[in-house]
Amino acid sequence: MSAPRISPRAFLRSAGSVFLKDWRSELRTRYAVSALLMFVVTTISIILFSLGSEGASPDALSGMLWVVVFFAAMSGLSRTFVMEEERGTTLTLQLLASPGAVFFGKLLFNLVLVTGLNVVTVLLYAAFINGFVIRTMSIFAVTVILGSMGFAAAATVIAAIIARANTKGTLYPVLSFPIVLPLLLSVIEATRKASEGAFFSEAAGEFQLLISYTVVVVVASAMLFEFIWKD
Amino acid sequence: MNGRIQIAGEGLRKEYNRRTVFRDVSFSASSGETLLITGRNGSGKSTLVKIICGVLTPGGGTFSLTPGPHDPPRDQRGLIGLVSPYLQMFEEFSAMENLAIAMGIRGLPFDPARADALLERVAIFPRRHDPVRTYSSGMKQRARYAFALIHTPPVLVLDEPMSNLDGEGIAIVRMVMADQRRHGILVVATNDLSDVDTYERRVDLNERA
Repeated sequence: MSAPRISPRAFLRSAGSVFLKDWRSELRTRYAVSALLMFVVTTISIILFSLGSEGASPDALSGMLWVVVFFAAMSGLSRTFVMEEERGTTLTLQLLASPGAVFFGKLLFNLVLVTGLNVVTVLLYAAFINGFVIRTMSIFAVTVILGSMGFAAAATVIAAIIARANTKGTLYPVLSFPIVLPLLLSVIEATRKASEGAFFSEAAGEFQLLISYTVVVVVASAMLFEFIWKD
Repeated sequence: MNGRIQIAGEGLRKEYNRRTVFRDVSFSASSGETLLITGRNGSGKSTLVKIICGVLTPGGGTFSLTPGPHDPPRDQRGLIGLVSPYLQMFEEFSAMENLAIAMGIRGLPFDPARADALLERVAIFPRRHDPVRTYSSGMKQRARYAFALIHTPPVLVLDEPMSNLDGEGIAIVRMVMADQRRHGILVVATNDLSDVDTYERRVDLNERA
């Protein structure tokens, strides 16, 4: 094949169009948003009923917040690839776009989705769960942003892997857990520090780990995606 | 290079789960020629079509596409258009939106006037703003032709080109095929051998199992 490779500008337009296609599709079907929101509301309600009038320690509440985020993300983020497979449009996308453009378009879509999910989850969690107090807002805000990026990066490549499996629903959280474990431990620890009122610099270690995690997952995924996507 | 776009397969082989679908398949075609791919069900016609379109990697051998000097400077995806019953459009969008999406994802500018002309040509213009999921199977097949031609590909690949089409649809496809023969390469995978005399090149996969 001696045809020229796609220019950087065309690549960006291609990835942006994959994102826009998914975004407009989501606005019409609301499939992922509905699944995510229902999961968040249901899970927070269960936590609320379980705790009753009794409080829980800030450590436990910080962990529970990210348990809600993890399972909610697992219920909705795989849709971006699973839907293409179920509708038979995987081949269509393979014909239209380079694997890299598909990956970064889907990554951007998942990033927007998981950031929105995290904001809604945090607002609902803070509003309804007694005892969940954030004393250092800067640590918490950075944690949510970096956590969203890490979740989106891991969720995108795992969704691409499981999209062709027969047991998509169960395989997704099972495969995701060991991969997002370093991310989960870091965001839980950073959230605990935010709730205890630690100085911003005290969470630098967690932030470094979150940034490194996201960079490694995105770079490794971008390099491997063609092999996952093509055959 | 002789100034015309060329495709060539050399010793192509494909296996699925250790079962050899075909082996030692070689062919070539250049602009103005038609390549016919025939073979019984399961002989690998669609597999070979996917290898030509660059979405499947052969188990062995090579496939090459060499653009001519007058072809647009695009990667392989931008030089090939595919029509096939198993190629699904984005059904929540209209035919018009699908054409815009296809051009956007290809990284190319969208020309609404060309999209109108194509949808007129395949006779689904009055329904161009309806979601594709509301189309009949024949209308979807017609829409696939507009989807495959919107970027004016120098190589047009048709897998079972007359599938689901009525008499009017078949006449439209014959015109599309004749037009493609004039300015590019036409690849047709089918068991319908009624027009076999009009194909310059032929690959019979029954001989390659």
